[in-house]
Amino acid sequence: MRAREAVKRSQDYPHAVLSYVGSDGYPVSFATHFKADIEHSSFEVGPLSAEMLPSPGQQVNLTFSHIRPVQGIGYDERRYINVYGPAAVSDDRLTVRAETATGWDEKETPFFEYCERNVGRGLKYFEDVGSRPRLAAGWLFFIATRLPFLTATIIPVLLGAAVAASHGFFSWGLLGLTLLGGSALHLGLNVANDVFDDMSGADPTNVTPTPFSGGSRVIQYQLLSRRSMAMMSALFYAVGIAVGIYLAETRGSELYILGVAGILVSVAYTAPPFRLVNRGLGEAAVGLGFGPITTLGSYFVMAKEFSGEALFASLPVAIFIALVLYMNEVPDKPADSAVGKRTLVVRWSEEGVVRAFSVAAATAYLIVALGVTLRILPIYTLGMLVTIPMARSIVRDLNEHFDHPYELMPAMQRNIGLHLFAGMLLVVGYVLEILI
Amino acid sequence: MLPSKVEEMLRLALVAELTVIDASGRPITYPLIPLYDGRIIYMTSSVLFSEKLRHIKGNPKVSVALTDPTAIPSEPFHRATIQGDAVVVDDDLHSGWERLLPLWRAKEPVIDKFLKQRFGIPLFFERAVIEISPRKVFLFEEDSPESPKVFELAQTS
Repeated sequence: MRAREAVKRSQDYPHAVLSYVGSDGYPVSFATHFKADIEHSSFEVGPLSAEMLPSPGQQVNLTFSHIRPVQGIGYDERRYINVYGPAAVSDDRLTVRAETATGWDEKETPFFEYCERNVGRGLKYFEDVGSRPRLAAGWLFFIATRLPFLTATIIPVLLGAAVAASHGFFSWGLLGLTLLGGSALHLGLNVANDVFDDMSGADPTNVTPTPFSGGSRVIQYQLLSRRSMAMMSALFYAVGIAVGIYLAETRGSELYILGVAGILVSVAYTAPPFRLVNRGLGEAAVGLGFGPITTLGSYFVMAKEFSGEALFASLPVAIFIALVLYMNEVPDKPADSAVGKRTLVVRWSEEGVVRAFSVAAATAYLIVALGVTLRILPIYTLGMLVTIPMARSIVRDLNEHFDHPYELMPAMQRNIGLHLFAGMLLVVGYVLEILI
Repeated sequence: MLPSKVEEMLRLALVAELTVIDASGRPITYPLIPLYDGRIIYMTSSVLFSEKLRHIKGNPKVSVALTDPTAIPSEPFHRATIQGDAVVVDDDLHSGWERLLPLWRAKEPVIDKFLKQRFGIPLFFERAVIEISPRKVFLFEEDSPESPKVFELAQTS
């Protein structure tokens, strides 16, 4: 912070805390009145009693601090300014020339970003004391794999199975195996994505990560090494591929085509030389993988054949999961742009990004309405339209908080919920079709 | 023992100003939550904001100022500054500081909610404890805000 700016901002505070080093070597600090002189970038401080005056010319620190107590919570509105400079003594007053200044205002730099900007300092401290950051194994697995995003796999698997069940094909055992294989491949992709984003610099550069964007951060926080993450990813892929081979051998070799397509899309999504996500094709890849490919695969496991209806039913799910990625790229825009990760959000203007979100969400609802009108989808799937207000609120918040990652977080969470609820309502629509 | 008025302020204060001295001899002030167990003043610092810890390791002489009427809901309102010697306890950054949770929780109940989500900001909850043994107190009473009463304390260590 510039000293003059600090002097200007100090006027918002009711008092200053003057600090200097006393003759016994201990800091002396106490509250005092002050008057800011913006023109001369200085302060008049006092009145002070004779025993509380610093020596003429002594370096002093003026601190201006504010919080707002919140009953039952603690406090918020944290901000402070530190100004340093020499003090000239005149009678019972000081004139402090502001030479340097530092400070933090959580309204300008949100707490999470403030923390993220200091990660390097934290890791250096660990190094100095010969220790390492730790996290309980369960939590480490939870964040390293980004486990909550597994709904992206669970929804299309359930949808494919529900469509198959409405056609008279269903097995709980096969559903369990499909979920296991699909989930393993998905977690493998999540972890691989962190490895490649660490290698490319996209995640280390990002100082505004959120729980929904910017990767899991376990590599940047030195909670796990890049090598450990790569091995974890390989293990998940191995489990997913093994389950896939078993299903293909027992249910039909057509699954190899879907399986290979799924793995190729997931690897090409983030890995060189394709890096689909860097080319603005990330949404298409994610939509394809967690929409038609997974839904059709799940359907085939049950029915041993493909289904146009399953393909059609997967389209809204594909759009909503693509929109999850799309919105999660918004806070990453500066970091992605800096490392040449040319996502759609990087390529388009803010207005264009919001408009495209609206169009895509509206298209998903139109597909369902059209599917029911053309008798492709059961009438009960129209229940999915109850999520329209949720989609509208997300668009509104995206528009309002586009440049404020932490204020956008609730909408990002709601966007993941939109995929989950809309997808589950499609599944429920099929279950009702079977039961009624 | 600290004067009872100062003890009361320490128990109520949501924020105090910790002043440390850097390697060049310059005072640097940090707003922090003061915790007090009747003998020692405790503050905790995340490794993310560990500059103050380095300074204290270099020079343990510190002061804690209680100045903000908004953050210290005591009636009548006084101000106080406590000078003391600080020690940084950082042998268990992951959970050593958790022994202070009861004192912390009393001032900032929301800490439990944050702690349940420590996986979200794991490095913020890797924390050192600053233990301050008071040696001298300046009490700025309401009726004489510029001229403090000074209390020299027996060392607690």
